[in-house]
This record gives sequence, structure tokens and C-alpha cells, in this order.
Amino acid sequence: MAESRSVSLRVPVLARVEGEGALELDVRDGRIAHVALRIFEPPRLFEKLLEGRAFDEVPDIVARICGICPVAYQMSAVHALERLFGTPIDPATRALRRLLYCGEWIESHALHIHLLAAPDFLGFRDAIAMAKSHPQAVARGLALQALGNDILRTLGGRSVHPVSVRVGGFSRAPDPAALEMLRARIEAALPEAETLVAWTAALPLPHDDQDFCCVALRHPDEYPMNEGRIVSDRGLDLDVGSFETRFRETQVSHSTALHAALDGAPYLVGPLARLNLNIDRLPPPVAAAVDRAGLRLPSRNMFHSVIARAVEILLALHEARRLLADCTAPDPAALVTPRAGSAAWATEAPRGLLWHRYETDPAGTIASARIVPPTSQNQARIERDLSESLTALGLDRDDEALRLRAETVIRNYDPCISCATHFLTLKVNRA
Amino acid sequence: MTRLRVAVHKFTSCDGCQLALLNLGPTLLAVAERFELVHFAEAGPVDPEAPVDVALIEGSISTPDEEERIRRIRAGARRLVAIGACANTGGIQALRNLPHEDDWVGAIYASPQHVESLKQVRAISDVVKVDLELWGCPVTGAQVLAALGALAAGVLPEDEADKVCLECKRTQTVCVMVTRQVPCMGPVTRTGCGAICPRFGRDCYGCFGPAEAANTDAMSRRLAGLGLPPRAVARRFHFIHSAAPVFAAAGETALERDHG
Repeated sequence: MAESRSVSLRVPVLARVEGEGALELDVRDGRIAHVALRIFEPPRLFEKLLEGRAFDEVPDIVARICGICPVAYQMSAVHALERLFGTPIDPATRALRRLLYCGEWIESHALHIHLLAAPDFLGFRDAIAMAKSHPQAVARGLALQALGNDILRTLGGRSVHPVSVRVGGFSRAPDPAALEMLRARIEAALPEAETLVAWTAALPLPHDDQDFCCVALRHPDEYPMNEGRIVSDRGLDLDVGSFETRFRETQVSHSTALHAALDGAPYLVGPLARLNLNIDRLPPPVAAAVDRAGLRLPSRNMFHSVIARAVEILLALHEARRLLADCTAPDPAALVTPRAGSAAWATEAPRGLLWHRYETDPAGTIASARIVPPTSQNQARIERDLSESLTALGLDRDDEALRLRAETVIRNYDPCISCATHFLTLKVNRA
Repeated sequence: MTRLRVAVHKFTSCDGCQLALLNLGPTLLAVAERFELVHFAEAGPVDPEAPVDVALIEGSISTPDEEERIRRIRAGARRLVAIGACANTGGIQALRNLPHEDDWVGAIYASPQHVESLKQVRAISDVVKVDLELWGCPVTGAQVLAALGALAAGVLPEDEADKVCLECKRTQTVCVMVTRQVPCMGPVTRTGCGAICPRFGRDCYGCFGPAEAANTDAMSRRLAGLGLPPRAVARRFHFIHSAAPVFAAAGETALERDHG
């Protein structure tokens, strides 16, 4: 029996996460006395700077919340505003938006798997070092990431802060010749993505089943991206407009990101939660790839998130192929008639549920905005996971082992810390 | 050729400019061969204090800690390059500097005492000497690669401060302002994006910042002529680069017209 010892770990700059975070861990008498994912990314106060802006400026503003998932912010925003104004959206626009989202999932997931997560499981400092021993895997990942970015570029002009998304539709239909080129590349990438699913499933992932509540959107007949009801594996089934009745955000002193809770308890959003709740929405070839990889769903092993991301890349490629096959030019962006009111919407960002609510005046000027990003929803779950994972690993392990496992746990959630900060509590303090 | 030691530092930002490197695809590995990436937390290497030849800085300065950190980085860097709107002028979060905005942190956080924040969002060049500015929200991979290549050759890259309008002419893009009366900011905005907004049938919104010799008075009159009320004209300038002096002044002038 190892002697219980005291540990005080501080990792001031977490590597391979998006944004600025730090880890604090104190162990006393063989028990975790304190564990925190400290988020000190300075607030950018987006909800406040949206006030007084015209509704048609919103997609360009909210994109700036996150360089990795700008489309997610644009999608939640335009759908919320279209719901508010009662703007009709034609089926071709709906299809193109889903294609755009596919591009972002592919880009974001490929970046996370290869540049941020895989080095942990294979024992490398970073992907550049990993590329020397695993050149094919890294090349495949970077090529998939590039394809995701090129889908975004084709539809939106650029992959970071694309410009074509408007309230009411697209500013312009994409170039048919460019779509044709994408079609060929997507076709060629499908077997690569199948190999990727198998490759992630073969990674030496830790085994650590935990009990957690999964939350995601669910759509009547497709894998959720832009639409759906908010559901959980504990029976929750909610219209997106009622989000605030069950989900609450609170401020904690060690973070500029607010902590969210469902009925007072931590919960999980993101690829694993989405997959666990939407197994029956996978197209048959994707479901077959999951079976071949030996992934049993629903999974309680948080480290299966990396496989879930690979599965979602494969899914997004299949969806992109299908959407491109029946692609027609969308109607020009619908003429929007603004009105006063308030409406909410949620879409599935690569990292999970992204909820927006806007209130406008009769001219469509934003009176108030509230944005709940995925990482602030996952923050309480990450801290719970850290406690459970490190205890399961053994708190008598040396500092280096504890630090590495703790960092691996955090990175596994693909926290997007830039996104997670800067948001509004329900208690507005206007002293 | 010597292998330059390069650091990538993040300040208050969306991370989108670092993606100019992380989104290079297979080229990223070639960059890692050609340059020694000493500190680039998002990609893996963490050594923020190491002396470097080139420090690429993303983000604005918005806390006392950040102010200290940028001074230390400056002291250890031969060349300091500010990449993107936040680093160049404070970016979109500098909207909180506008005189009519009050205590935003107090409005958002229930316990604002836990949130360290400077009153004003500042550009990197407001705090330390900057050797080179790359404009854009975000900057492109091509810009960053060209700058690193030039610095490796011991020179600074040429500063392209042309207007977006010129890029539309070069690419034979139909002018959205002339043909559709769209309030396009192309006539006062720096090129470098490839005129993507007009090419996608919409207005440029100024995300590459002011062009050289930007005639904002004429721009404001044109926007008014298109039917924009003074407040809407002000919002056109007070957007991604609200703290760029030329745009800040043009926006204020429009607001004065509104009040006067």
C-alpha cells in the first residue's frame, strides 16, 4: 500500500487546447482536496456588444467569438433571428447550411484528433513530433482538415469567419464548378475517413467508465446539426425555447467561463453525447463503420470521444456527398421583415449544444442577447471527470503521471476556452 | 539559411489568426521543418519565456496580466509581429472603448471582482514597439507565410495597403455598390482578403482595417446617399476596427451629425 502523500500541481498554460486555461490540483491525505480547470481567458463581452447592433450585423459579429467554430455561432444566430422574424427558409438554403456545417465539423474534429488529442494517446509532445513516427496518420488528418476548410471556403469565401451566411439565406449561391470539385474530393476522402475511424478505435485509450448525463439535439430523421429538440439520456425532451427552464449558469471564482448545470447537476455535450443519443440516426454505412471498429454505443468511456469525432467526420462526409448530389441553387436570401420580440435556437457546434437567444426592437435592433457555448456547459463535467479519472488512476502516482492524465482528460473534451468566456449570467448586476 | 526561432502567442482573441498556421494542412509540417516553433501552446510547444527571432502576436491587451506578458515577450523577441485585427487595433472587443459604453464587465458577471480587466482594450502597438503588422480578421495563411519568409531572408515584407476596390477590379468582380446600392466599405478598406465579400455578392465590412489614404468623408457621404441614417453610418466604421484612428474618427463624426 503506497503511503498517502500531498500533491500540489499547477499547470499554468495548458497546451493543445483552444484558448487560455490552467489546471490546479491539490491532493491531501490520499484524497483530492481541490481540482479546478482554471479559465482566465479575458472576457470579450459579446452579449453586451451585440446590444444596439442591427440584426443583419449579427452573423459577422458572433463569428468572432470563435475562430475554430464560427459557422456554429452564425447558424445558431441566424436560425434564432429567422424564428423571431418568421422568415421562411427554402429547402436548398437549408441543405447548403447543413453542408457548410459538415465542413466545420470535419475541419474542427480533424484538427482536434490529430493536432490536439492523439499525441496524448501515442506519447508525443505534439503532432509535429508525432508526424515523424506516424507520417501517414498525420498526413491523412491534415488532408481531412484541409477538405473541411475547403468546403467552408467554397460556400463562405474563407474558412475562418466565412462571409456568405445572412439572416434569410446566403448572400450568393456557391460556384457550381467549385462544388463539382468538392464532390470528387469528398468521394475520395470517404475511405480515408473509414480508416480514421478504425485508427482512433485502435488507439491505446484509457478504460474508465463513468456515470454522466448526455445532452444533445435530436431530430426526427437526421443526425442533428441545425435543428432538433434538446434531449438527454435521463428523459429530458425540450423545445429549444424552453432551455432556460432547466439549464442554469453560475459564476465561479476560478473562471471567466460560467458553469452550466441541468437541474443542478453537471452534464455532457459534444460528439460522444451526440453519438450516444443519436445512434439510430447514423446512415447505414457509418453505423457499419462503428460496428467494424468495435465501438459499443452508448459508451460511458469519455475517452471514446476521440472515436466519436472520427465517426462524425465520416458522417459529415456522407452527408456532404448526399447534399451535393441533390444540390440546387438556393433562392436569393429571403427579404427579412424585422419585428419586435424574442426567440431562441440551438444548433450542434462541433463541441456540442450552442444555444442563443435574441430580443429585438421593431426595427430588428438587438435589445439583448444570451449565448450559452458548449465548453461552459462542459466545465462542471470536466472537473467531475478530473476527480474520478485521477482517483481511478491512483493518487499515489507520481506528479508527472497525474499531470499527464489530468491534461489528457481536459483535452479529451476539446475545450474551446475562447468560446467559453465572455457570457452573461441570468443575474445581471447593474450596480 | 538559418532556422528562425518562432513563437506564437495568444492574447484576447478568438484564436482565428493562429489558425492561419494550424489550417495550412500538410504545409504545416513543412513550416515546422523550416522554422523552429519554440512556443505555440495550441499546437503543443510551451516555452513562453524563450528568446526568439520572431514573436507572432494574436489578440488585444485587455488585462493587467496581458500588459506585463507582452512586455516580457517584447524583451525576448528580435522581431515582434502583430497578426490580425485584435492585435492591430483591439479588434471587435474594442467596441467597449467607445465613449458611450459604461461598465460592461459589471453588467455581464454577477461578481465582477473575480474578473480582471483593463478599462480599455488596447492594440499591441499601444503597449510595446511592433515591427510589423499583418492586417485582417483573420489574417490569411499566405500573409503569415510571406511574412515569415521575408523575415527569414532578413527583410520586412512589402506592406500592401491598397483598397478592396482595386482587388475587385483585378478579379473583375462586379461592384455591389454601383450595381445594387449595397453599403460596401471596400473604398476605404485595405485589401488582402481577395475581395471575398463583393465576390460573394455582399458588402465589405472593413475587417482588414483602413486602407492607405482612406477618404472616409466621401465614404460617409456615399453611405448617407444610399439612405443610411447617421447612426448606421457610424456602425459601419465602428465595427471590427472601431479603434483604428481613421475609422474611430469617421464614426464619431457620423454620431455628432446624429446628435447635432
